[in-house]
Amino acid sequence: MVVDHGSVEHANRLFHALADATRREIVALTLTGEHSVSDLARRFPMSFAAVQKHVAVLEGAGLITKRRQGREQRVRGNADALREVHRLLDELAALWLGRLDRMAAVLAEPDPSDSDTADSGAADFSAADSDTADSDTTDSEPADSEPADGRERRA
Amino acid sequence: MTVIDVKKDPETLSLTISSRFEAPPQRVWRIWADPRQLERWWGPPTYPATVVDHDLAPGGSVTYFMTGPEGDRHYGWWRVQAVDVPHRLEFEDGFADDTGRPNLDMPTTIVRVQLTAQGATATVMTIESTFPSSEAMEQMVSMGMVEGMSEALGQIEALLAGTPA
Repeated sequence: MVVDHGSVEHANRLFHALADATRREIVALTLTGEHSVSDLARRFPMSFAAVQKHVAVLEGAGLITKRRQGREQRVRGNADALREVHRLLDELAALWLGRLDRMAAVLAEPDPSDSDTADSGAADFSAADSDTADSDTTDSEPADSEPADGRERRA
Repeated sequence: MTVIDVKKDPETLSLTISSRFEAPPQRVWRIWADPRQLERWWGPPTYPATVVDHDLAPGGSVTYFMTGPEGDRHYGWWRVQAVDVPHRLEFEDGFADDTGRPNLDMPTTIVRVQLTAQGATATVMTIESTFPSSEAMEQMVSMGMVEGMSEALGQIEALLAGTPA
């Protein structure tokens, strides 16, 4: 999970916009030079309105920019938005690299589930694994049980 | 822990990270399978996670919330798709609303975890995380768009690199 909801929404818009073949072609075309919407409409086997709709999706994702010149709508690709795809993958990488460091810290300590499972003989995933000896918390309320390692809950 | 490889693939919108831990797969598995251990690494220190439900079985779910500095809570969920103890775990990871109910309007990622023994005392863990929602991914694959995207993104990369496409 990426922590920042806004960036995930943005990522979703980018990926949705790039998930369509016509839209990808429009981006590729307009990165090399400006095109009018009517010029784009001539290049694809679809109506002017359909192309205009694709252009609107791309504009919403920030992948192209539009400007009016006389009676024409001119479209230009936005390379920064494509770099954004790379940036989002970088962000996801940073998130997981942080998790890997924290995993290593947990693994550096003795396994807290070892002592709990010794008498039951079964290493399952139930909340009972981490119940402390003096706890009468039931399995149905795992969120209320005390962590076996004594760490304070911050919630 | 040693990070072996970080691979960003803009063509499949996925990220694959391989790392080595000095513990056998059975031990590494428990940082995923024990909710109390999972809580210690899932959220960043400023947003610690509290796991509410934890059922690592195909079709099972994990629900959790992360608590922010202001006491603000952010709920999330996993939908478990595949489990092979202690080698493989696949789940969909998504957001939930304030009551913990999955918010299906928000995008999800698919996470695939693979643990491979390296001798008797070490494990290579490979985590693959893929954008965007599974639905969108499935749609894209079924419509043959992934290949098309590779091609288009290849052109785009060439453009960004300043070489003619």
